[in-house]
Amino acid sequence: MIVKDAVCPFCGCLCDDIEVEVEGNRVVAVTNACELGMTKFMGEKRMKNPILRDGNRWKDITYDEAIRYAADMLLSAERPLLYGWSGTHGEAQCVGVHMAELIHGVIDNTSSVCHGPSILAIQEVGHPGCTLGVVKNRADLVIYWGSNPIDAHPRHLSRYTRYAEGFFLENAFRDRKVIVVDVRKTETANIADEFIQIKPGGDYAVLSALRAIVQGKVDTIPRTVAGVTRAQLVRVANLCKSAKFGAVYFGLGLTMTQGKYKNIRNAIELISELNRHTKFTISAMRGHYNVYGSNEVNTWMTGYPFGIDFSRGIAFYNPGETTAVDILARKECDAALIVGSDPAAHFPRRCLEHLADIPVVQLDPYPNATTAFCNVQIPVAVTGIDAEGTAYRMDGVPIRTRRVLSTDYLSDEEVLSRMYALMQEAS
Amino acid sequence: MTELLVKNACVIDPLRGINGEVMDIAIRNGKIVEEVSDAAEVVDARGMLTMPGGIDSHTHICGTKVNFGRYMSPEDMRAGRTPRQGAMHATSGYSVPTTYGNSYRYSVMGYTTLLEGAMAPLEARHTHEEFSYTPLQDTMANTLFDGNWGILEAIRDGDTKRVAAIIAWTLSAVKGFGVKLTNPGGTEAWQWGKNVTCIRDPVPYFEVTPAEIIRSVVEANELLHLPHSVHLHCNNLGTPGNYTCTLGSFGLIPDLNKKRQTLYATHVQFHAYGGSGWKDFCSKSEPIANYVNMRPQIVIDMGQVMFGRTTTMTADGPMEFNLYRLHHDKWSNHDVELETGSGIIPVIYRRKNLVNSIMWAIGLELALLTKSPWQCLLTTDNPNGAPFVKYPEIIALLMSKRYRDAEFATVHPDTESRVPLPAIERELDWHEIAVMTRAGGARALGIQDLGKGHLAPGADADVAIYPLRIDEVDPAAEYQKVIDGFSQTEYTIKRGRVVARRGECLVHGSNATFWVRPKVPENYDMGKDPDFIEKFDRYYTVRMRNYPVQDEYLTRSRCIETEADL
Ligand SMILES: [Zn+2]
Repeated sequence: MIVKDAVCPFCGCLCDDIEVEVEGNRVVAVTNACELGMTKFMGEKRMKNPILRDGNRWKDITYDEAIRYAADMLLSAERPLLYGWSGTHGEAQCVGVHMAELIHGVIDNTSSVCHGPSILAIQEVGHPGCTLGVVKNRADLVIYWGSNPIDAHPRHLSRYTRYAEGFFLENAFRDRKVIVVDVRKTETANIADEFIQIKPGGDYAVLSALRAIVQGKVDTIPRTVAGVTRAQLVRVANLCKSAKFGAVYFGLGLTMTQGKYKNIRNAIELISELNRHTKFTISAMRGHYNVYGSNEVNTWMTGYPFGIDFSRGIAFYNPGETTAVDILARKECDAALIVGSDPAAHFPRRCLEHLADIPVVQLDPYPNATTAFCNVQIPVAVTGIDAEGTAYRMDGVPIRTRRVLSTDYLSDEEVLSRMYALMQEAS
Repeated sequence: MTELLVKNACVIDPLRGINGEVMDIAIRNGKIVEEVSDAAEVVDARGMLTMPGGIDSHTHICGTKVNFGRYMSPEDMRAGRTPRQGAMHATSGYSVPTTYGNSYRYSVMGYTTLLEGAMAPLEARHTHEEFSYTPLQDTMANTLFDGNWGILEAIRDGDTKRVAAIIAWTLSAVKGFGVKLTNPGGTEAWQWGKNVTCIRDPVPYFEVTPAEIIRSVVEANELLHLPHSVHLHCNNLGTPGNYTCTLGSFGLIPDLNKKRQTLYATHVQFHAYGGSGWKDFCSKSEPIANYVNMRPQIVIDMGQVMFGRTTTMTADGPMEFNLYRLHHDKWSNHDVELETGSGIIPVIYRRKNLVNSIMWAIGLELALLTKSPWQCLLTTDNPNGAPFVKYPEIIALLMSKRYRDAEFATVHPDTESRVPLPAIERELDWHEIAVMTRAGGARALGIQDLGKGHLAPGADADVAIYPLRIDEVDPAAEYQKVIDGFSQTEYTIKRGRVVARRGECLVHGSNATFWVRPKVPENYDMGKDPDFIEKFDRYYTVRMRNYPVQDEYLTRSRCIETEADL
């Protein structure tokens, strides 16, 4: 059997043109997906059933037992943390918010260690963006800034920019210019028309220089800015102004380097400025396939995209205080539920030391680095493979993932709903 | 079987011609019935003002741009917070509340049906997701067609039936309700950073004019026999002198439908401006209202502005960018491939600002100068003119000359020479308010036959009981009582259940969503049209099979099937 138009649950591109060939309830071939997507569809070895830590060993337990354990753990916690969410479907994220509200917990998603600063910048200056198809059909200039799609979003170039067909471009490959801005010559830089190499930490200065040039203040620019020549800056500013439609895609190379949210704020203000001359948009290259969905769900349900603290009943948001790493580093958190992410692979050591001291339950189909910190792990169906559900692409377009296999695994939503029902009964 | 009997209600039910009669209302299984058994639960209305549940015929509550308004505005989220309590979830937000915030606050004001004013088809799933977290109101979504490439091409080719066919396919696919044109042609031009100034400017590349888009889509809408008319946000919103553009757009509209208007023009306050610039900016509510008075085929809503902080959000991307250039606060924009766009900026409307004061006056003037309340419905284009929680104040302003004068004394002193408001004596009565806030909305949206906006047997049992004795309160003098009374119902009943009582929501509801599926002949089925399919595959970034909104997204689906004349 071949499942057409399957949705790839890997990165924020959320490609929905995947063909998956299934034989005897196993994926045997995947067409159209990138390496990363292919690996995800072909599957690793999944955990068979929920497990409970028993001294130095793992003990098999039933779903009922595991769900009961998690509900009891959360109900008896004083400052529970519900973290992750970017690797699951929206319906599960909704249950998570209700849960956090019920137990006065903190709910946070992976953007707090990823594009959180980008969100803070947007909250100050807004976001001129668009869906990916607008860029595909119109953009004659695309800038990747601190992002390396060949590595992290392999099909971004073929579906939306460099190699994509575009309605308003006669010969898209020739007529569309691609600029890469980075601190080192990445693979993506090799396929660009222009490469701007910035000294590490110099993004803010380069953005400011470009803003000044766009405003007509070329004279104020020194001969080089963070390693970039004035001549190149002027050339690039002119390319931007003379483009019919320009699009910037930035990554963690801009968000998580020196300057952080101020870099993004500066970049957005550059784009707003360029819109006085031509049409320009800017967007973040979101990582996990549904991290943006988690921001969306949190926002319509609580008002904030991440880092929401219900400890006073109301939804309270103060990134740096109500975000997962801060709550762990301050050793406030006394129980954690992890869903659809692997914090042990990303969090600072201080946070992990605390995570090791408190009860942790994880919902994840596979053993991962966080497994070592768990008291209980509950394997679930994989959204987009054996579970359906909503995901939001990096540009905000919501797509329902398809089920390509049928298994007996419960989905995240099912597990969480049962947990939530137990918690409602008890409170 | 559940039964409810509302006793001693002082009923205003305009669609049935009932105006202040004290009577009982019988309810069984969510519907109004002739009578109920003695076992029915009784709600004693004690002579209080009782009306069909409120219907907001144009509001922005759910979907991509609304949620982005929240996302970018933690300061607005902080400005309205309530904890989880009883059946109520926590809420945040003042001008763009969370979905529960919208739902509870509307319910407390007696509103039971809401039309989301703008849904981009590509992002429809998002709107429906938020609808299901708006549990206490039935919902429906205007679907945006202003920059739809297939439609622009069909108009260029003079093929109105193909326009209708594309609308039919899209509405069915995305579970949309009405046809919305926002700045027709302008949203496509804006994807190049350009705009159209009025109805005769051609759209870049497609070479059709807004006038052609409006006329052709109006015709197509009637070929499909949709319940609602075309819902138009005119070109050139918010600019001095734009009233001529508005009149020009109205002039395009023939009278094509016996049951309802042929054009619903939304937030007309923003389109009724005179002057050649901001310096001589003035009200042109009179020519607009006069025109509407002579054209039964047109219904408008106010788009009233109220002073204070709010967030503007519309599919009209270029207009939002112009506003941003005026206000210099944050600006978001979101263009949607092959379809439309949107923009968002926060604003503060100030009494001390002359332009804002004139805008405030124009909305009221439109309501007072339009003779028939059926032709001018009460809205703020929530949250663009003001958050909907301001409706009670607007009602009081319309009912009391004294209140208007008192407020007028506080606005910019030059306003007087720019607006007709001080000379208008009219005070609306309770019945007219009932028309503007529910019965008129039901008729304009074409949902009265589906049991909305009235209390006849068979209707949905959506009832609002306000703590107001209309025989005792003189609205002209006691306007504060009017404001208080409309701010909080004694009881809001939705589908036969008491859902809100004195400011508290009592149940976790489950809303219904109305949508339309026009039946078209085989040769007009775009799902099988080779050209349509080819363009879709080449230029959208979502596969055609992944585009339609699945049934899973509707809590209760109320599909309206129509037979198209194609
Ligand atoms: Zn609107």
